[in-house]
Amino acid sequence: MTGIAQAYRPPIAAIADEDLQLLLLIRHFELALLDLFGKGALNGTTHTCLGQEYIPVALRTLLREDDFVFSNHRGHGHFLARYPDPRGLLAEIMGREGALCGGVGGSQHIYHERFLSTGVQGESLPVAVGVGLRLKRTGHGALACAYIGDGTLGEGSVYEALNMARLWRVPLLVVVENNGIAQSTPTSRQMAGTVAGRAAAFGIGYHRVTTVDLAWIRDELGPLVTSVRQNSGPLIVEFMTHRIGPHSKGDDSRPAAERAHAELSGWHRAYEEAFPERFTEADTRQRELVAAIVAEVADRPPVAGGAA
Amino acid sequence: MTRAERIVDNLNRALHEVMAADPSLHVLGEDIADPYGGAFKVTRGLSTQYGARVMTTPLSEGGIVGVGAGLALAGDKAIVEIMFGDFAGLAFDQLLNFASKSTRMYGRRVEIPLVVRCPTGGGRGYGPTHSQSLQKHFIGIPGLSVFEMSPFHDARLLLPYLLGLGEPCLLFEDKVLYTRRRFHGDEVDDLFTFELVGPPPYTACVRLDDDAEPDCTIIATGGVTHHALRAMRVLLLEDEITTRLLVPARLYPFEPEPLMPLLAGARHVCVAEESTAGGTWGGEVAHVLHARLWDSLRGPVRLVHSAPDVIPTAPHLERAVLVEDTAIRQAVLEALR
Repeated sequence: MTGIAQAYRPPIAAIADEDLQLLLLIRHFELALLDLFGKGALNGTTHTCLGQEYIPVALRTLLREDDFVFSNHRGHGHFLARYPDPRGLLAEIMGREGALCGGVGGSQHIYHERFLSTGVQGESLPVAVGVGLRLKRTGHGALACAYIGDGTLGEGSVYEALNMARLWRVPLLVVVENNGIAQSTPTSRQMAGTVAGRAAAFGIGYHRVTTVDLAWIRDELGPLVTSVRQNSGPLIVEFMTHRIGPHSKGDDSRPAAERAHAELSGWHRAYEEAFPERFTEADTRQRELVAAIVAEVADRPPVAGGAA
Repeated sequence: MTRAERIVDNLNRALHEVMAADPSLHVLGEDIADPYGGAFKVTRGLSTQYGARVMTTPLSEGGIVGVGAGLALAGDKAIVEIMFGDFAGLAFDQLLNFASKSTRMYGRRVEIPLVVRCPTGGGRGYGPTHSQSLQKHFIGIPGLSVFEMSPFHDARLLLPYLLGLGEPCLLFEDKVLYTRRRFHGDEVDDLFTFELVGPPPYTACVRLDDDAEPDCTIIATGGVTHHALRAMRVLLLEDEITTRLLVPARLYPFEPEPLMPLLAGARHVCVAEESTAGGTWGGEVAHVLHARLWDSLRGPVRLVHSAPDVIPTAPHLERAVLVEDTAIRQAVLEALR
């Protein structure tokens, strides 16, 4: 488990306004969803990325416009860090006019420009290999980036994809968000061995990230991601992170102390302490922004149409 | 007169032609590279001719169908060979939850030009997990079309058609057909002729020269064509029953409208396929036809298929399970009784 000391190593020196705004936009977007669910205003289910917002925000500047990003069930942060369109995403989740995918996909099936999420664990990795092959052939240094969780590592398709990615030197960046829990099952009860060991087995580069410091993460990963673009083959980056919210909604079975630890060691606390005034100001602004977006989107008529 | 092409050669030539015509097309599969050229040699010569666009892959059916879908999603096209159609079960998730869904679950049509080829069927003694006809398991999935090769259809027209659909397709190819020859011109044998009817990808219609209304219409998958033809011959010569055979290239969605000129007024219909009993393609066809032919039919559409059992390896046991011409003849006789 990531300790507070690690999370603060070294003391956070700086954060760009844009990053801080984005972190807090995602945080308030997710909180708003849980609130809407609580009020019975949303259909189905959703999976929030509370606590993990910093991962796609950190990667944002390392990814290029022509990269193709694959996301999963917990993908709102991945999407908003790539395409800051909270209205379109919320309209999709709420089935309102302006929905990104006509209200068919919902929370976990989004395809927008060069971002695609699917709802079945591990399914995206072979697809990402295929897209990566195309990107490699076109030769402009673009890569395919796929977010998966620690739970996803139980799926056989992951290993078929890793094997092919290494065999064919596909520009594939696999981001493992290891939040220590797969829905309700602790990682220690669902995964043997390590992610590093899996990477080594395929001869795939591996890097482990334990900090929440965006600048630190970018410095660490920058050269590695560049190398993926330069035909060195795939890379696995494992973020040791925490999910501070429930898996979907109201289903967090972890002890209170564990949840408190997750909260305390997260980016939110770290940045709040490092930049109290800027943080409070940005937090207020983004909370109000999201509230306004929720009011606006909730007021829209239901989205027309259906499956294409 | 030159002899007609063997079906394996027809498929191979079709693959060469689509690869030559489209530089974005990739062929993926296990052991497909030369000199081996694929378990059934359908892909022979492709790797020599087209290099990196022909990828011989690890044993990862789910993975390679996913890779094919990824190529297709990104703007390429892909044909994936599943060595034995039985292994398509390993790729079911990619077909069900990714490739077919992606064409329509994102609020707009997304093109996924992906063809998954499945050598299929028994009769060669490969045993329970290498002899099945899994078409029925892929029936009824929105966004996934199911096709089957036949001795009447030309793969050189069929493959470009499938690739042009822009959505994932399964193409079943009966393994016994590979070494047989295509029917030439319009001639089937001394009794029957055929023509292709309806819009592409066409349904083959086999009939007697006199073209009178048949006593019974048989609808069959491409793989059971020869069983059906033998049954039709015996029915005519020994039972004095006239039949007509329809073999659609597209199994699902089953389109009845182009066939209605041939089926209107039909009193008896049998559907023949090699799948084992239960939840069959024929059940789907029967349902569709009952709604349209209820007034003319004298009885329910008869289904002919293999026994509800695993497919044994020993030849005498295998024959006892798989559908044969005798079963088709029997079904027609019972229908007319």
